[in-house]
Amino acid sequence: MMQAGLHALLSHWWRRPFQLVTLLLGLATATALWSGVQAINTEARASYDRAAQALGAESRDRIVARDGAAINQDDFVALRRAGWLVTPVVDGRVQTENGSIRLLGVDPFTLPGGSLPGDLADTALDLSFLTPPGQVVVSPATADRLAGTDLPPIVRVEGVAPAMGYADIGIAQDLLGLRGQLSYLLVLDDQPLTRPSLDTIAPDLRVREGQGQADLARLTDSFHLNLTAFGLLSFAVGLFIVRGAVGLAFEQRRPVFRTLRALGLSTRALLGLLMAELLVFAVVAGALGIALGYLIATLLLPDVAATLRGLYGASVEGELSIAPVWWLTGLGISVLGTAIAAGSSLWQVARLPLLAPAQPRAWAMARERSMRWQAVAALALAVLAALTGWLGSGLVAGFAMLGALLIAAALALPLILHGALRLGGRMARGPVREWFWADTRQQLPGLSLALMALLLALATNIGVGTMVSSFRLTFTGWLDQRLASELYVTAEDEAQAGDLRAFLEERSRAVLPIFSAEGEIGGLPTEIYGVADHPTYRDNWPILSAQPDVWDRVAEGDGVLINEQLSYRDDLSPGDAIIVSGWQTEVAGIYSDYGNPLAQVLVGMDALDRFEDVRRTEFGVRIDPSETGALTDALIDTFGLSPDAIVDQARLKQMSLSVFERTFAVTGALNVLTLAVAGFAILTSLMTLATMRLPQLAPVWALGLTRGRLARLEMWRALLLAGLTMLLALPVGLLLAWVLLAVINVEAFGWRLPMHLFPGQWVLLMGLSLLAALLASLWPARRIARTPPADMLKVFANER
Amino acid sequence: MLSVDTLSKTYPGEAGPTAVLKGVSFGLDDGDTMALQGESGSGKSTLLHLIGGLDRADSGRIVIGEDEVTALDDRGRARLRRDSVGIVFQQFNLIPSLTVADNLAFQARLAGRRDTDWDARLTERLGLADHGKKYPEQLSGGQQQRVAIGRALAAKPRLVLADEPTGNLDEDTGERVLDLMLDLVRETGATLLMVTHSAQLAARMNRRLYLERGALSG
Amino acid sequence: MNVRHQWTPVGPVRAATLALMAIGGLAGPAAAQGFAGMGTDAEGYALPQPGVAFSFPADHGPHPAFRIEWWYITANLEGPEGRAYGVQWTLFRNALAPGGTDAPGWAATQGWMGHAALTTPERHFVTERIARGGIGQAGVESDPFEAWIDDWGLSGPSLSDVRMTATGPDFAYDLALATDRPFVPQGDNGYSVKSEAGQASYYYSQPFYQVEGTLTLPDGKVQVTGDAWLDREWSSQPLGDDQTGWDWFSLHLDGGEKLMGYRLRDASGDDFFVSTWIAADGTPTPYEDGHLRGTPLERTEVAGREIPTHWSLALPERDLDIEVRAINSAAWMDTSVAYWEGPVTVTGSHDGIGYLEMTGYE
Repeated sequence: MMQAGLHALLSHWWRRPFQLVTLLLGLATATALWSGVQAINTEARASYDRAAQALGAESRDRIVARDGAAINQDDFVALRRAGWLVTPVVDGRVQTENGSIRLLGVDPFTLPGGSLPGDLADTALDLSFLTPPGQVVVSPATADRLAGTDLPPIVRVEGVAPAMGYADIGIAQDLLGLRGQLSYLLVLDDQPLTRPSLDTIAPDLRVREGQGQADLARLTDSFHLNLTAFGLLSFAVGLFIVRGAVGLAFEQRRPVFRTLRALGLSTRALLGLLMAELLVFAVVAGALGIALGYLIATLLLPDVAATLRGLYGASVEGELSIAPVWWLTGLGISVLGTAIAAGSSLWQVARLPLLAPAQPRAWAMARERSMRWQAVAALALAVLAALTGWLGSGLVAGFAMLGALLIAAALALPLILHGALRLGGRMARGPVREWFWADTRQQLPGLSLALMALLLALATNIGVGTMVSSFRLTFTGWLDQRLASELYVTAEDEAQAGDLRAFLEERSRAVLPIFSAEGEIGGLPTEIYGVADHPTYRDNWPILSAQPDVWDRVAEGDGVLINEQLSYRDDLSPGDAIIVSGWQTEVAGIYSDYGNPLAQVLVGMDALDRFEDVRRTEFGVRIDPSETGALTDALIDTFGLSPDAIVDQARLKQMSLSVFERTFAVTGALNVLTLAVAGFAILTSLMTLATMRLPQLAPVWALGLTRGRLARLEMWRALLLAGLTMLLALPVGLLLAWVLLAVINVEAFGWRLPMHLFPGQWVLLMGLSLLAALLASLWPARRIARTPPADMLKVFANER
Repeated sequence: MLSVDTLSKTYPGEAGPTAVLKGVSFGLDDGDTMALQGESGSGKSTLLHLIGGLDRADSGRIVIGEDEVTALDDRGRARLRRDSVGIVFQQFNLIPSLTVADNLAFQARLAGRRDTDWDARLTERLGLADHGKKYPEQLSGGQQQRVAIGRALAAKPRLVLADEPTGNLDEDTGERVLDLMLDLVRETGATLLMVTHSAQLAARMNRRLYLERGALSG
Repeated sequence: MNVRHQWTPVGPVRAATLALMAIGGLAGPAAAQGFAGMGTDAEGYALPQPGVAFSFPADHGPHPAFRIEWWYITANLEGPEGRAYGVQWTLFRNALAPGGTDAPGWAATQGWMGHAALTTPERHFVTERIARGGIGQAGVESDPFEAWIDDWGLSGPSLSDVRMTATGPDFAYDLALATDRPFVPQGDNGYSVKSEAGQASYYYSQPFYQVEGTLTLPDGKVQVTGDAWLDREWSSQPLGDDQTGWDWFSLHLDGGEKLMGYRLRDASGDDFFVSTWIAADGTPTPYEDGHLRGTPLERTEVAGREIPTHWSLALPERDLDIEVRAINSAAWMDTSVAYWEGPVTVTGSHDGIGYLEMTGYE
């Protein structure tokens, strides 16, 4: 019985292979987009963990000299003998005839495993690394550059950062001329139960807290939440397809269910068979989806990596390493998605009355009934969205609001379309037109899931497109203001900086020092920049709000400028008091600082002296733009600066813009994918409906319409629905954009952006959605145009 | 009014092509009512479909009034169906997305010959006055066929074709529906060609034609 | 006890430091060459010779001409209400290159590794330290005696009267060890043969320490007293190529006698089982291979391996027929080179306590 039942149930799919393909593809796409995004997130997070353990990262606490000078090696031994688990590092630049490298001297004995990049830990360390003449481990590219220099033997290791070298600490001390001295000590994990305080052992030293991986995670959280939200959205869009396919397949098999029940198959057994069938589909589609997801992740990861590097300085490897657990979650998501999509259908089967007459239109009628419930749910969600926006705070609340808003719009769509079509029908003149509107309205239940998917995709596209374009517009203008100097030069050390400044002052209109220090505000790391009192800043700096005499106050040390992020984070306005690393002062103004995850403070040059470890090596140079090339060459010739140390304004802008573009490349790609999935949903819905259209079209044809005209009307119908959906998506998308700009961006990044409207994009999108509808309706319409009259006539025959 | 001359039609079938009609010829005058009889598969429905411009003949000629149906293209046959012919099928006649009233007026409006008085009278005579705003699926089978009859007659076509219009109804209902149809056909002066396998119904027509394996007999 | 471990890892290399420890010629395909690479040859290093008498206190200090050396203390302790504890303190010296000197500064070729452990019947705490010689982070001086790595120390006026300290992230101990008995040479007056092929080490013990002091555990401090046992050993190539690991017993018997015995397991199944019976006055009687017999009675799954934690031992010459049981069978030393080491109880013809060390179980 079970076997026969299974056979009867499965035969449906053999007769309708297209429905099966739709179901599997929908499920696979949903799984793919979801698991692709998850793979990217997981990979990025794993990279943060690795980075946090890596030596070069500022993640660990460090012990440094209070005066910023070198640490005596004896202090290291004293600390170890007192129980402090620290490892010494000497850090400096080594000049060679082929340019310089940054050399890190490490002690492999006390350095924890995994602290060195790439294969360095495994392959490069041996006795010849430890004992003179020692070795310098560099990347293959750097090794090529350094060939023939008088450095110790060079060892090439993949994964070492460019222009960076590692050597044993003793070897590095000799190369850097720092015998017996250390740059800093890294504080390791698993410190012993008891140890004396640092003061009692080495009063000249202090602990500088690392940024910690938590920091990187905190900074990038919003980015990953963004990605996750997108993954979820795509998943939801995919589920609409699955829901449609499953619902239809169950509806069409209703007579089979009844027959089977009548033949003695229990409801429980029938449900069991159906669930087993769905489980098999879910697993097959899940496996397919995971493979697709892997592909998506592989394609998107380089952009994500570039974004994270550009925005947060977080290094993410460009290669995916897939853990088995990812496969399992992928399958789990696929099964879960199937369960969500098939839940109501299974529920209906469970309550299926044995003898109810088969109603061909029962499915459509049920949909119409459910439209009312959907409207109620949509209203409730809209209220929820409004309440969340009003009362909630935080990124999660922001996304919850977005989610509620989008789902509300999707649920309300059928009702609104229904109303619009009724209105259209009232205004229509002529029997064919009236029939067209009425018939379109009747098709709505069968198409509404696909249209909801389209609405979500379009609204997201409009919302995200508006956000990105608004951002780009603002960002470009901001870059022009912010990057006012023509050339930016970084000296290798302070001694060189002095010479450099003198050299530059003779050859430029102005030299603007860009000195900086690290500080804290409210316990969180803060960048502190000293700013010269110069018209360049007064004229250009992108101030958002300020006290009237802001630049005078900053120059005199009576106040500071803070970036927008900080003003949101700590709720600061001009005139508020602020404590910067122990310095009590006042907020004189707020400026926009896009792309920076950290809090930043601008202080007067004199005020900068009160902070520790000020870097006085960077300068902005005001010069005629045509002279930048000559000055760059002169700087390289005179000071041997590496080309990396000199950046001109144009290149900096270009770099910033390319980081910006890559940041949103992933968003764009996901957007396109979502839209494609929605287009696919429409196609599958139309094709499915086409098989059921004949009984509806045959009478009209018999009464005197050609098949060609009917086919054209079918296409118009798809265009009309897609167009109406797009019109409806517009306000939803703009609302979405507003939420993204005014809520999500502020929560995630700490900046609020003005919203600009880009009607050109809407026209394009309208064109796209019409094109999608046209393409989707092409094949079903062609089928109608080619249906042989004999097939049409079969509709009226007794034996249907 | 209608002339059919050596009409043949072959359908491709699973066991090779099947000749459904083999050189059928007959004629009908204005106001004639004719029963088309024959066993299942004798080709009577096909003959009706060819006359109504619903399908193309392989050879032979059909002329309705001035229109040579067999010479018309797809578009021309659609016009013929719209303007000259009223068709009542056995079932599933009606457009499910339109109301009863809209269904009834549909063809007449297509043909551009709507006569609201006539519509009202039809509705009245067919007993559909209370059902105008309903949708077809809300009606019983007999009511649905009455709508189909009304629709076929609303445009006052010259030729009414009916394919077992009461075949799906019980005997009593069928009888009453047929009476109504015959009355209304007579009222419009249309010619009626009706496929039926019921000798009792056939007897009420003024002419009878018997098809046997695609050819006329007796 | 001991041809102790070497820090050359046999298993997967966990850290750069351990890769480093592989230098000094001990690396290579270590797994095929005895436990922890101890079966490799000793080119360039000094080799132990028979008939050389120990000279104290000088021999308490390091012997850098030899490749490996250790100061190895295990203590069986008793807390309030007779609760049993075990403590281990070990300092290994490993020459990274032959040459015999300990040059000052980072270029030193001596590596040092410390293991400290504290075992209760329920828990086992382990921690490890690694340092290089030459900068003062780790080392050993003989007179006055001091051995140290980071904040861990074994410091006396002399090796007969030392304070032993170590700390880990979750435990610490501070113990005073003292004895008036002589140091006990193992094997042939300190020349300890490790295989039929003649691999050997210098080896002496001090099994008579009386201990008192404090343990610091996550739930507080505990005052303890008990017995401790020191093993000193140095060598350059102490194991035969086929020897895969060992089971090492150091037992304090209730009559005041001590028993040291080790079984060197051989890949061919030809085990090498030698022992020393130490009378209460410190007089040693060495027994060559074949006298002390031992059989595992019960195995416990520890760290994914089957490890014998319950033994039967018999030395018919001394009417000894005992069972040795781990106090905590999960005493796994999850260090760079992992092994099992923990306190045991002795029952049967003799009662007592002691320590058991087992290596090379994969």
